[in-house]
Amino acid sequence: MKPAPFVHHGPRTLDEAVAVLGEVGHDGKVLAGGQSLIPVLNMRLAQPAHLVDINRVAGLDTVTVTDSHVRVGATVRHAELEKHDEAYAVLPLLRQALLCVAHPAIRNRGTTVGSIAHADAAGEMPSVLVLTQGVIEVVGPRGRREVAALEFFEGPLQTVLEADELVEAVRFARFAPGTRTAFLESARRSGDYAVAGVGVAVDVSTDSGEAVVTGARAAYVSVTDIPVVVDLTDAVAGQPVSSVWDGVDELVQAGIAPEADIHASSEYRRMLAAELTRRALTRATTEGTA
Amino acid sequence: MTTRQFGQPVLRREDPRLVTGNGRYLDDLGHTAYEAAFVRSPHAHARITDIDVEGALDVEGVVAIFTHEDLEGPAADRLPLLIPHPSIEAGRTGHALAKDDVNHVGEAIAMVVATNRYVAEDAAQRIVVSYEFLPPVVGIENARDGANLVHDDAPGNVAAHLLQEVGDVESALAAAPHTLTLDLDIERSACTPMEGRGVLAQWDSDEQRLRLHSSTQTSTGVRAAVAAKLQLPLSQVECIAPDVGGGFGVKIMHPWPEEVLVPWAARRLDHDVKWTEDRREHFTASAHERGQVQQVTVGFDDDGRLLGLDVRFWHDNGAYLPYGVIVPIITATQLLGPYKPQNYRVEFWSLYTNTAIVTPYRGAGRPQGCFAMERTMDAIAAELGLDRAEVRSRNFIQPEEMPFDQGLMFQDGRPLKYDSGDFPASLAKLKALVGWDDFAAYREEAESQGRKVGLGIGCYVEGTGVGPYEGGHVHVETSGRVNVATGLTTQGQGHQTILAQIVADELGVSIDDVHVTTGDTRRMPYAVGTFASRGAVMSGNAVALAARAVRAKALRIAADALEVAEEDLQIEDGTISVKGAPHASIALSTVAVMSNPLRYAFDESAKAATQFAGTFDPDKPPVADDEEPGLEGKDFYSPTQATFANGMHAAIVETDPVTAEIKILRYCVIHDCGTVVNPMIVEGQVHGGVAQGVGGALYERMAYDETGQLLNASFMDFLMPYASEIPHIETDHLETPSPLNPLGIKGAGEAGTIPVTAVIASAIEDAEGFPIRSMPISPHELWDLRRAHAHALETVSPTPTEESA
Repeated sequence: MKPAPFVHHGPRTLDEAVAVLGEVGHDGKVLAGGQSLIPVLNMRLAQPAHLVDINRVAGLDTVTVTDSHVRVGATVRHAELEKHDEAYAVLPLLRQALLCVAHPAIRNRGTTVGSIAHADAAGEMPSVLVLTQGVIEVVGPRGRREVAALEFFEGPLQTVLEADELVEAVRFARFAPGTRTAFLESARRSGDYAVAGVGVAVDVSTDSGEAVVTGARAAYVSVTDIPVVVDLTDAVAGQPVSSVWDGVDELVQAGIAPEADIHASSEYRRMLAAELTRRALTRATTEGTA
Repeated sequence: MTTRQFGQPVLRREDPRLVTGNGRYLDDLGHTAYEAAFVRSPHAHARITDIDVEGALDVEGVVAIFTHEDLEGPAADRLPLLIPHPSIEAGRTGHALAKDDVNHVGEAIAMVVATNRYVAEDAAQRIVVSYEFLPPVVGIENARDGANLVHDDAPGNVAAHLLQEVGDVESALAAAPHTLTLDLDIERSACTPMEGRGVLAQWDSDEQRLRLHSSTQTSTGVRAAVAAKLQLPLSQVECIAPDVGGGFGVKIMHPWPEEVLVPWAARRLDHDVKWTEDRREHFTASAHERGQVQQVTVGFDDDGRLLGLDVRFWHDNGAYLPYGVIVPIITATQLLGPYKPQNYRVEFWSLYTNTAIVTPYRGAGRPQGCFAMERTMDAIAAELGLDRAEVRSRNFIQPEEMPFDQGLMFQDGRPLKYDSGDFPASLAKLKALVGWDDFAAYREEAESQGRKVGLGIGCYVEGTGVGPYEGGHVHVETSGRVNVATGLTTQGQGHQTILAQIVADELGVSIDDVHVTTGDTRRMPYAVGTFASRGAVMSGNAVALAARAVRAKALRIAADALEVAEEDLQIEDGTISVKGAPHASIALSTVAVMSNPLRYAFDESAKAATQFAGTFDPDKPPVADDEEPGLEGKDFYSPTQATFANGMHAAIVETDPVTAEIKILRYCVIHDCGTVVNPMIVEGQVHGGVAQGVGGALYERMAYDETGQLLNASFMDFLMPYASEIPHIETDHLETPSPLNPLGIKGAGEAGTIPVTAVIASAIEDAEGFPIRSMPISPHELWDLRRAHAHALETVSPTPTEESA
């Protein structure tokens, strides 16, 4: 399990990175945390001739919190974002989801942006980005462009990113005040790819004096090809936060298309996605705040 | 006063080195060696029509590419069938490099030797092998059906068939008031040690001598096999097991193809060659275990007492049978556990499939046997509405019946005769530990919270410390340093610690002065290996006997020097003194000097010895006729039979009422391995064993598809449990010493693993209320079972039909 030969490029600036990717991108891959790419190279499932290693590129390693979003640079490690108190304060869903991303050792190296660009259907952060209606900042030889999260993912491991383009950062949009969130997964072993997972954002109004749900959306892990937002509002609106959420099943089932693998049947995943949705709604409405 | 080490929780002496990264594993050796990589079959069953190496030859750094055509002499022949047995009807083994056909994914076809592993893999990728596909045989059902054959000359895919019977089972079953039949299924798992296999061969062309390092559980076995395959005198081959990062059975199998090929290539190329197995290779090209389909018919009386037991099982042995039928024989014999069935018949068929070979994995057939027996015990209890522990208790062999002969032939070809054990006492301890009698209240409380919990139990007896022998060599240097050597190998179990404890006590020296070497044929050319939970029993007793010989010699010399009788002497802290007169003493190091008449005064000990020069008798030779120079001793321990350890486990599990996720809430172990040398190490062995057992019960399986592709050949998809999946393990010990060996000890290495699958199945069954007949079990399978049983209850008969009275 040794990779095939490749040329390693170590640009120091974003301009250099874009330039070298422009030259070799058709037969190259961007290396950030390497937690998905390196095993694939070692197993020779991919044999790119060039690796453009962006770990030394200045300015990509920052988390910025603004009134509207949390912006995460391309080399920010999962662990940094997970432990970023300011980001947590304005968007708890980030930490809630990041704690489900593999194990601490992987989160110490792996990058949030890399996980989004990799677009694995079992990845947590693509679903989180979609749920927040975030934006991907793309840079390439033809300049910069921004892609809405829902437009970014085309299929498992497929995105609208061109071979010579790089994701410079992603922006997770902040929810409106009163939105509560939760993220839940079921994995065979702790930290494994989820058999199914769900992030929920629940809008709660206390205008009437009692906490009442006015809307809810969910995004899934491992049960949809690409991250999608399933609107649960019709099944939950008007219910008190202490509800048991029995009515969500139909909407969940319509929104997901799980496949079978050696770890679970698609039927089991359907049941699990619905149950996790109910539990996540309960957790968000009884424990979560935003 | 020397503190007695035996029985103390002495800290493991190997740990500071191993846990700080200072271990020397196979891949840490041979920095200047060429490295090998293999082209392995991507197909489960095919005829090789062509191997084109042309494109690989000009890869820079490639030294050589070998295929079967290049091999010569015995190296080109089939690999040995290591342990022949009369039950083997069609014993087939592979070649070191495939000749004509391949029989499982991962079988080696071509060997590339290059300046490093990267280059070797680059070249391997360019070798083009053409195949003519043959129908693959995967799974016991397909093998048994025999429509397609793995080996043309093994009809029905049967490698071996064995029937053993004690009493008259047919009559017993016919006369029994109750009978039940259970169809059971247990899937494959594997040892998966942290370090895979690996070989480094260094050929010395000046001396025509081969030095071999292998990550093996038997250096003597590898040495002899390689000498034979390479037609070298045994004296010209030495084999050393360096630090080995776990074995669990897979490294007792030998010679692996690579253990033949790497030294063969080193000699041919006159250059050091190394091969370090990678994880993918380990999954497909080493060995697995466990896969069996079983059918048990049991007859019993109204009290749940066994009257007759009829077991048939089909054992998946994979593509070849190099290790013989040890695993199914153990299943067949150890299945009986602590019980006496009165009439017992067991029949097995060992079947070929186009999958990785099957050789012993920690437990080695016992987990399957325990599963069959313990599922049967639970079924009897359910049928009669009796307490499950009570049914077991009624069938126990009683302490006063020891030694108890089960009337069968064990894996070592000797009678299956239990030497000691107190099963009622063990069960009483287990029930107290887990709170067996209070469980109904516990369950009631859980149910009131909407939770489902279940309690499971499993008992086993484990034949450990099988012969034929193991040796010990103890040598006291003039510095007082005590060198101990034994030939069996170590894989991190703590042998260096427990053997030092034993020798320190026997010799009367500080444990700090004792240095243990294992698995080095230069130090101990006659040895067997580490398997069958035999390390402590075999080498422990061997080094004790060797140390006693040294002690006797030391006392002889000291008695002469101090002019007292030997019986009046004692050894404490490395000093021999006269009992009651401690000032009359002599250091053991000084005695070591005196033991050698060649007495150059290199050091203080030698100078000190001159005062004891003794009387010089010109008529006697400096070394007496019945003596040897030096203070050393060697002895071998060879038992008449195995010693039988036992244990009982109980677990409380919780199953999620909606998602069917399974959580172990408590895991309790009662363990009896005779006299305990080091309770902390035994506890660690039990913990590790339980962890592997939990893997086999809830997580691990080899997911072969119908074409023989292993779908989960990585740690991403092969679910070896993490620490987070292993419950806290509560243990209690019982010590019934073995009457068979001087130290009274029994083996402990495999014990923890054996009953776990049975215990977890028992607990899930208790939580769910329907039988669990197939393991391992995952949440989605449990969920499927729930639906099937709910459906059956809704639509058909009110009583289960699977097993009828």
